[in-house]
Amino acid sequence: MLSYTLKRLAFAVPTLLVVITISFFLMRAAPGGPFDGERQLPPEIEANLKAAYHLDEPLPMQYLRYMGNLAQGDFGPSFKYKDFSVTELIMQGFPVSLEIGGLAIGLALLIGLPLGVIAALKRNSTIDYLVMSLALGGIAVPNFVIAPIMALVFGVLLGWLPAGGWNGGALPNLVLPVIALSIQQIAYIARMMRASMIETMGSHFIRTARAKGLSEVQVVLRHALRPSLLPVVSYLGPAIAAIVTGSVVIEQIFGIPGIGRYFVQGALNRDYTLVMGTVVFYGALIVLMNLLVDLLYSALDPQIRYND
Amino acid sequence: MTSTTTPYRGEHDDTPLPAGGPNPPAGPDKNTGESLGREAWRRLKQNKAAMASLVILTLMALICFIGPHLLPWALDEVDWSNFQTAPSLENGHYFGTDANGRDILVRTLFGGQVSLSVALVATFVSLVIGVLYGAVAGYVGGRTDNLMMRFVDIMYSLPFMFLVILLMVVFGRNIFLIYAAIGAVEWLDMARIVRGQTLALKRREFIEAAHALGVGGPTIVRRHLIPNTLGPVIIYVTLTVPKVILLESFLSFLGLGVQEPLTSWGVLISEGKDMMESAPWMLIVPSVFLAVTLFCLNFLGDGLRDALDPKTR
Repeated sequence: MLSYTLKRLAFAVPTLLVVITISFFLMRAAPGGPFDGERQLPPEIEANLKAAYHLDEPLPMQYLRYMGNLAQGDFGPSFKYKDFSVTELIMQGFPVSLEIGGLAIGLALLIGLPLGVIAALKRNSTIDYLVMSLALGGIAVPNFVIAPIMALVFGVLLGWLPAGGWNGGALPNLVLPVIALSIQQIAYIARMMRASMIETMGSHFIRTARAKGLSEVQVVLRHALRPSLLPVVSYLGPAIAAIVTGSVVIEQIFGIPGIGRYFVQGALNRDYTLVMGTVVFYGALIVLMNLLVDLLYSALDPQIRYND
Repeated sequence: MTSTTTPYRGEHDDTPLPAGGPNPPAGPDKNTGESLGREAWRRLKQNKAAMASLVILTLMALICFIGPHLLPWALDEVDWSNFQTAPSLENGHYFGTDANGRDILVRTLFGGQVSLSVALVATFVSLVIGVLYGAVAGYVGGRTDNLMMRFVDIMYSLPFMFLVILLMVVFGRNIFLIYAAIGAVEWLDMARIVRGQTLALKRREFIEAAHALGVGGPTIVRRHLIPNTLGPVIIYVTLTVPKVILLESFLSFLGLGVQEPLTSWGVLISEGKDMMESAPWMLIVPSVFLAVTLFCLNFLGDGLRDALDPKTR
């Protein structure tokens, strides 16, 4: 187990290296640069700026310099957010995105899993159809439609909750974005849980559990639940990484200072270091989550063992 | 974890079953050729939700592509006497107008043309890349397969939003490039599915027979492997189409998608969101069109999965 984990972590390094390299050169292939704003800078000043950020060096040199800094944990300064380093920006935004995303995932599991289990156990009943229609609705109506409507109804018309803003993470400000973010996840999790639960309930060991006289509740809780979680777990790994690194739409609609917006703004502004920082951060998170998923797999399913 | 409920072949062949019944008939073996398709179609026809979705989707496409010609307004025609008017029957704007006096219904239908065609083309791009890539990786196997699949893993670790945005920035915001960019990020799952299928298929006797007859590698992939992966691929395609529509509207929503004078559902929703307090119809109309389409595509995808894959439910 330990050696497997170490091996996977060792493999993560080349993966990340390739990810960083692809992003670095792709970003630089985009026309324009970080200093072409609306205001045309005098050529001397632009040259000075570029020299200060080492942008006047040949690309391979810049790449090596960036990698060198990265190896020391230095993401570099942001080009657009003056006086901020990329590390500072990420460390400011990430806790916000993590809080919203983590709560949304928690809520989605809390609602989605039981719904999926109930739908599977009462297959083809009214409850099943109701749950599955709702889930389909959650998938069919994108969150950039749900979120503004929620903000309008609960924030503006009814005035129950603030329609936007962060306010230091006060509870009322959390409610709408967390719900808006979790609706789609609830739908996905419920559907996946239903499908895998149905498959599990048809397998031999469930028949055995029933045959030895266990009550239906015990069959479900002690035997069916655990193996049914496998597909949900493998979905959750990448999904968590994507959600805690911020939802651009939700952050934009509710005015939340997370890191989701950096992906879009950074790429549009050619804020090279900021984009690279967020990409590296996201990539590392994905690799880590996938490792966690595989380890959880062996905990959930005794047939999976990592010996080598 | 194999299902114990799969009946033996032919058990139910001539007894009609209720849609979504607990024990659907097993499809014939994949290598009995066309009857798989006919069987699937028969089972799909029994699924009322899927058939209704198919009808609605056909209507939706017809309305989007023919409707604008039947309405008196053009895409960017300004009605100077009706700025931001609510839906009404009298002035001919059945779904109202936007702040520039343009007819919302016509714009939504045009937007539908863009959204639907983006979906089809991008899905096709992802289909071609994914199927070829997966089939080659699975068929060649060994170190090549390993390398090709590692590349897919790496692509998974790139935030795809960032990838699409960059592709857009590098190549300019041409609508065809949006197709290509979306297709270029959506092929990963397809490649994995096809590779898995190919790995299982290539040990089968008919591939060996083709080998023995002296058929070359590329021909085996094209004539024997790819056609046999079609079942799961079709299922996945029907799930990709709504994903792509959503992705396109999402990009347009962020202002990265199609640009004026063209429009799409995402653009209209984004415009509607800004006006939703004073002109809620601007948000509601395109949202309803988008939601109905996504709903039907998902229903159809579920129905096709049930029809093509005898193992699920």
